[in-house]
This record gives sequence, C-alpha cells and structure tokens, in this order.
Amino acid sequence: MNKPYNNKAWFFILPVFLCVAFSAILPLMTVVNYSVQDILSPTQSVFVGLEWFRAIMRDPELHGALLRQLVFSLCVLLVQIPLGVALALAMPSKGWQSSASLVVLSMPLLIPWNVVGTIWQIFGRADIGLGGFALNALGVDYNYASHSLDAWLTVLLMDVWHWTPLVALLGFAGLRSIPDAYYQAAQIDGASRWAVFRHIQLPKMRGVLMIAVLLRFMDSFMIYTEPFVLTGGGPGNSTTFLSQYLTQKAVGQFDLGPAAAFSLIYFLIILLFSFVLYNWMQSAGNSAPTTEGDHA
Amino acid sequence: MARIEFRNLGHAYGPHPSAPSDFALQPMNMVWEDGGAYALLGPSGCGKSTLLNIISGLLTPSHGQVLFDGRDVTTTPTRGRNIAQVFQFPVLYDTMTVYDNLAFPLRNRKVPEREVHQRVHEVAEILGMTHTLKQRASGMSADAKQKISLGRGLVRKDVSAILFDEPLTVIDPHLKWQLRRQLKQIHQQLKLTLIYVTHDQVEALTFADEVVVMTNGKIVQKGAPDALFERPDHTFVGYFIGSPGMNFYPVSLDAADEQGIRIGEHRVEVGPAQVARLKRAHGALRMGIRPEFIELAPAGASGALEAEIVNVQHLGTCQLVSGTVAGHPLKGKLAASVALQPGRHWLRLARPEAIFFCNDERIAQ
Repeated sequence: MNKPYNNKAWFFILPVFLCVAFSAILPLMTVVNYSVQDILSPTQSVFVGLEWFRAIMRDPELHGALLRQLVFSLCVLLVQIPLGVALALAMPSKGWQSSASLVVLSMPLLIPWNVVGTIWQIFGRADIGLGGFALNALGVDYNYASHSLDAWLTVLLMDVWHWTPLVALLGFAGLRSIPDAYYQAAQIDGASRWAVFRHIQLPKMRGVLMIAVLLRFMDSFMIYTEPFVLTGGGPGNSTTFLSQYLTQKAVGQFDLGPAAAFSLIYFLIILLFSFVLYNWMQSAGNSAPTTEGDHA
Repeated sequence: MARIEFRNLGHAYGPHPSAPSDFALQPMNMVWEDGGAYALLGPSGCGKSTLLNIISGLLTPSHGQVLFDGRDVTTTPTRGRNIAQVFQFPVLYDTMTVYDNLAFPLRNRKVPEREVHQRVHEVAEILGMTHTLKQRASGMSADAKQKISLGRGLVRKDVSAILFDEPLTVIDPHLKWQLRRQLKQIHQQLKLTLIYVTHDQVEALTFADEVVVMTNGKIVQKGAPDALFERPDHTFVGYFIGSPGMNFYPVSLDAADEQGIRIGEHRVEVGPAQVARLKRAHGALRMGIRPEFIELAPAGASGALEAEIVNVQHLGTCQLVSGTVAGHPLKGKLAASVALQPGRHWLRLARPEAIFFCNDERIAQ
C-alpha cells in the first residue's frame, strides 16, 4: 500500500469547525463553566464543583417537570405517529386531490409557534373561542385556565394539530417511493390489505418514520413557546415542562449556576433518549425471526 | 396450468378509442397453448407489459375477453386467477426470511403450515436455495432475489401460468445465462405455461419454443426462432430479429419486363414467377435480404448490384461490411476468408433467400 499520508485534508474542514466552534461549542463550554461556579456578580465567582448538579437533582420541582415532560412526549409519539401514518395512507396519491391535501396538511407547519399558541388560546376560551364555547354548550365543564387536566389535554391537542402533518408528509414521501411492482406482486401473492401494510408499506416507511419519531421526540421534549403562550405553565404548574422550568431558573431568578447544570442534564437526557430510540428502531427492522415451524 | 385465449382482445388507456393509434394493444385473437414456453419480443413501449398485465389481471382490458381453459376471466381480479408474475426488478418482502418470502403466497391462501413447509422445501430444492432458507431476503444478491420472486410463483401448485416481465434486466451477464438455463429446466420439469417478455432477441430466441414479436401494440409474427429468421412476416421482424437486421430496398417494376425488377436505377434479374407475384401485389414493394445471405459476385452477374463498401470490420469468424447500394444502406456478413477492401464491389442481393414485402407484409411464395 503506497497511500500518500498527509494531513492537509484537515484544512478543508477548518471553516466548518470554526463556525461550529463559535455557534455551538463555545456557548456549550460557557454553560459548563457556569455549572461549576457560583456567580455572585459579573466580576465575582466561586468554584463550587458539582454542588449545583447535586442540588438540582434533588429539586422536587424538577422531578415534577421531568415526569410531566416524559408523559407528554410519550403521548405525543403515541398519538402523532399512528395518526400521521394513517393520514399518509389515506391521502390520495394522484391528481389535484393529492396536491390539495398536501397544501392543507402543510398549513399548520407554516404557522409560527407563538401564533399557534395564540390561536389555541382564543379557540379554547369559553366566552369567545369556538372550541371552548362549543364544549361548554355541550355540557362539558371545560376551562383550560383553571382545570389542570383540561390545560394539559389542550396543549397535547395543540401539538397534535401542529405537528402530525409533519409525520404525515414524511410518511407520504415514504409511501410514494414504493414501486408499483410491489403492490402488483402483493396482489399476485394474494396478500390482504393488512399484509400489504405490514410487509410492504411499513418496512418501506421505516426510514422516514425513524426520522419522524426522532424529530417529534426531540421537538416535543423541548416544547416551550406554545404552552407558554397558551397557559403560561399553569394552572399551578400542570403544564410547566422542562424548558419552561429552565427559563424560570435562568431568566426569571438568575440562578445561572443551577440553570447551567440543569441545561447539561437536559441535553444529556435528549441525547440518551434519541440514541436509545434510534438503536431500538434500527434493530427492530433487522431482526425478523424466521417463522419456519418444525413440521419435517 | 391452463390454455390462455384472447378473443378480440384490445386495450386503450383513453376512454373512447376510434383510430388504431388510440389503442395500446390492437384488437387481436391469440392462443397461448398449455405448457408452452413463449417469448414476447418487442421494443420498449410496444404494449408487451400491457398484454402481460391483462393476462395477470392487474389491468382489465377495454375490449374483448380473456379465457383460461375456456372460462371467461376478463373481470376476475388477480387474486382469483392463479397467475404468477416475476417483475423487472426483484420484489421481496424485505423484513422476511427467504423461507417466509416463499411461504407468503401460501399463507395468504390459508394453506396448512405442514403443506407450506413441504412446498417451500420442494421449490427451494428446484431453485437450489435450500441452504439459504433461513437468511434474510433483503441482503441477498440480485439474482438470488429474482430467484426468490420466481419461487413465490412456483410455490403455488395450482398456478395457471408464470409471466416474466424482463426478469433478467438487473442480473449480471454470466448469471443471466445460468438463470435462463435454470428457467428452461424448470419449464421442462413442471410443464408450466411460461410467457417471457423481453426486448433482447438473444434472450427470446434461446428461451422460447415460440416467439411472439410485437410492435406498436400489434402482434406481427408468432413462430419458432428459425422461422422468424428465415421467413419474417413483417419488415419489423426482419429488422428487429438478427444482428444486424435485414437490409431493405424499394422495388419498382417495369410493365414490359417479365424477368427482372428495378432497385433504384439498376435492373435485377429475379425470374418470371417472382415478377408475376410482385405484379399482382398492390402497394409499396420492398425487397429484404439478411446480411448473412449477401455474397460477392462477378461483375454484371444475374441478381447482383454494384455496391460502395465503406467499412470492413473483421469479427474473427466473419467480417461485417457496411456501405450503400443504389443509395440505400447495406450491411453484410461475409465469410472471414474472403479478401475484401473498401471500394466498389459487385454483390449478389437477389438470392433465393431474399424476401419481398408489400406494405411491410411478406408476399407469400
């Protein structure tokens, strides 16, 4: 092997490295720096080691927010992924109907987060909101400003409305990439509608669904703007999710040390969950067991 | 197994076909005998796949009927027809093992698992895939995948016919040959009706007992490979079969001449019987001669014309010459032993092997 070895190629990634350094690595290091110090004033700080980490881990408010966040993200995935796939399957594949449904589906995705929050804030009000008024007229005692469960469900519904189209669009793209021959072969093999879904459509959508699950998990785990606009985290702290808890700490109370420590934990949680989800889905598709019976 | 019959079968994709050009498949009558190995040969877009999809029921014809053993199945969906089809690109159920892929058509039809096991092992034996049954199908090579697609067709006992839609397109050349031979063996072993669509004439001629040549949605000839070569019924067959294809020269007749014909400005002797036949035909006359039948002739010999040869290529066993005769292109395959330089030469074209066409159809001898 006479491969010429030199390190000049590294120079090519230098510009990107510098950009990433200034936009991501340096801020992250600043956060790491804050997390191990007690900042008394801009010129005065004391090294405290892992003290903030210990304190933040014992904070019952954090435990509550984390639990709420996990349940919320789980519900988001459980509702949005199947619903998105169902929408993708139901969408017409040809003609103007297809284009029309794509446009309609994309609409929620084009609306800014805070506007989505405002829309639902008004929609859910019992006095002037269509949704809230209709529910109350039907005899349901619905009030997201005073009932925790109502507030929580409204945030979930809002997220479903806002982001299910993304899953549907990804699924639709996955479905369109399946050649006609697969459906024809399935017909010839006498496959039922369910078998076509289970053995052709679902495996072929696996790649895009994996992206959808990861995106929806990460996004929902970081949800901030919509509940902030809709409920402000209340009533009580029933819709206070992790990012809002963090903002209260960092911006509201200026507890920079604990906030930084928590940011790092937050980051690691998302990384860990994404890693686990990704590997789980990868292996789920690659280890189909044989169903050959012992009839010989 | 079944005898498949078309009655006035035609297909148009548009709603109200009136002109022949509206039809993807011109109305036709046709019989595919039980147990025959057919090749359906034609250029891309000639209606081969349309015809195949009509047999398998993926497409319902707009006109006419399809009969399996005399039973009208025109509107029967694919699932009720017991047709197997192998597509251009291998179709596999990626998440399943080879075994499950082969078992899939049987399990869909609620065949008892004991019988599934037996059939899958039989088919795997025929295909030589027994040792790979427990592997995942998605990681296999293209030819193995195509064999699995074929196996899914063979695994059903009651299959009426197996249709192949250019199945060897993605297969390496050396494996193509192997796979084709295996197909032939399977055909002899199981006596299934096979219809094999291709645009590769070598594939068609080596595989089939009978070759069906199609162009522009029409079947122009159905016959054994040698018949297609020696007696093409249509100028398209002459041009499409053979490499290079047939040479064609427009023919005109002199009312006073009972012995010869004119090709361009040259008079060529063909004998009184042939001239009489040509005079009875109405339409544009053409003479076709295969490159293999062209030979050198002495200057001014009967049936010979002077040609301008531009290029001589030695191919080892023969030499390929190209040039012009009376302003029309000429391709010839001559014996390698003939010494030949580019330039003007006399070639005998009007030989007994020459075939005359009227409006593209062969004039019967």
